[in-house]
Amino acid sequence: MIPASFDYERASSLDEALSLLAQGGEDARPLAGGHSLLPLMRLRLARPSLLVDIGGLEELRGVRSDGDSVVIGALTTHHEVAGASELTGGSGLLATVAEGIGDPQVRHRGTLGGSVAHADPASDLPAALLALDAEVTLAGRDGERSVAAADFFVGPFMSAAADGEIVTGVRVPKREGWGSAYRKFQRRAQDWAIVGVAAVVNWTEDGIAGAVIGLTNMGGTPLRAPGVEAALAGASEKAQILAAASKVSELETPPADENASSEYRLHLAQVLIARAVAEAAGCPGMQRD
Amino acid sequence: MKRVSMTVNGVRHEADVESRTLLVHFIREQLELTGTNVGCDTSSCGACTILMNGQSVKSCTVLAVQADGAAVTTVEGLASNGDWHPVQKAFHENHGLQCGFCTPGMMMAAVGYLDENPAPTEEEVRLALEGNLCRCTGYHNIVKAVLAAADDMGS
Repeated sequence: MIPASFDYERASSLDEALSLLAQGGEDARPLAGGHSLLPLMRLRLARPSLLVDIGGLEELRGVRSDGDSVVIGALTTHHEVAGASELTGGSGLLATVAEGIGDPQVRHRGTLGGSVAHADPASDLPAALLALDAEVTLAGRDGERSVAAADFFVGPFMSAAADGEIVTGVRVPKREGWGSAYRKFQRRAQDWAIVGVAAVVNWTEDGIAGAVIGLTNMGGTPLRAPGVEAALAGASEKAQILAAASKVSELETPPADENASSEYRLHLAQVLIARAVAEAAGCPGMQRD
Repeated sequence: MKRVSMTVNGVRHEADVESRTLLVHFIREQLELTGTNVGCDTSSCGACTILMNGQSVKSCTVLAVQADGAAVTTVEGLASNGDWHPVQKAFHENHGLQCGFCTPGMMMAAVGYLDENPAPTEEEVRLALEGNLCRCTGYHNIVKAVLAAADDMGS
């Protein structure tokens, strides 16, 4: 399968990329690793008229520590995120999630920014960014802005990025001292998650002092589970975590598709929340059902 | 048409390509290096794996124009002066193939991985080959071959 014809320009600076996108209008798209966009183009599910290749913009690549946050450039590959020593504390969640995306070859090409901009409800990184209260940074012809992950993902394959804007990176709070885990369920190793659960947990000697849950593929956008998070506060035993996980049923009914009914998704979410929270808490004896 | 220039197996090539030409088609049809196979055509099976700037990638999901300026290695570039690469030798000696269709991609993924981790465990090799499918179900000997190649290259 070969994509439909398109024009291609390689940008040598962010400014040039933004003006090329502006000239190309609403059918112009930025291209980085291409591991979300090219498969869609090959299936003719996407037919951009112009691809602006930003893959050479070194200023958008790399991971750096900035006080209590980690800043990751949009062009940083999943492989690079997986190995980033800057991702300490709860932010280590991103490295864990990146390591589980696709396979080594895909991780060598696929980028953090591309995955974020694609806003696939079944992809793993968005739920992790939501759970970490990350900010997505965007550049447009009017300048830069940042959008909280909670406001960035607005629907399936839809984000708050306007036409002509480029995702330039993310800023993630480190959450030192917090633990994290990501659990997903898939039928085959390479499949998209039927349900994925990101957990970031502050475990103290008195039990859970704080917990954030991000859910993959439980709706059109990544979701938090506020009822579960509230119920987890103070939990210190497996039974309490299991009870808290059951509060996921308070969320809006998740979608049904060929992989799972709504009921099955809820069941998976409950089981995976309990496992992810136990792992993130790092509490021995709680990690198995 | 776009002008691209890239080094493939140490040889510099320049050519005009359509923007939509996939790297694997450029390699197979324009450069006539047909060792790189097209399997699933959806970046799942790994038969089209090559090295791009030293890292394994699936060339069915890269545009030829994206490889402009890159150094590409295909399976044809593994042997040097008539001597097989240790990974090729190990696949031969350990019978790391049945039909052979996945083999070029398996070997390229292995070469890329051993460069990163020269002394892997069996489990690490299996994870490193996660993106390469063998439908003859010959994984056992493929993994053996990669471990043997690691030994050979380390000694």
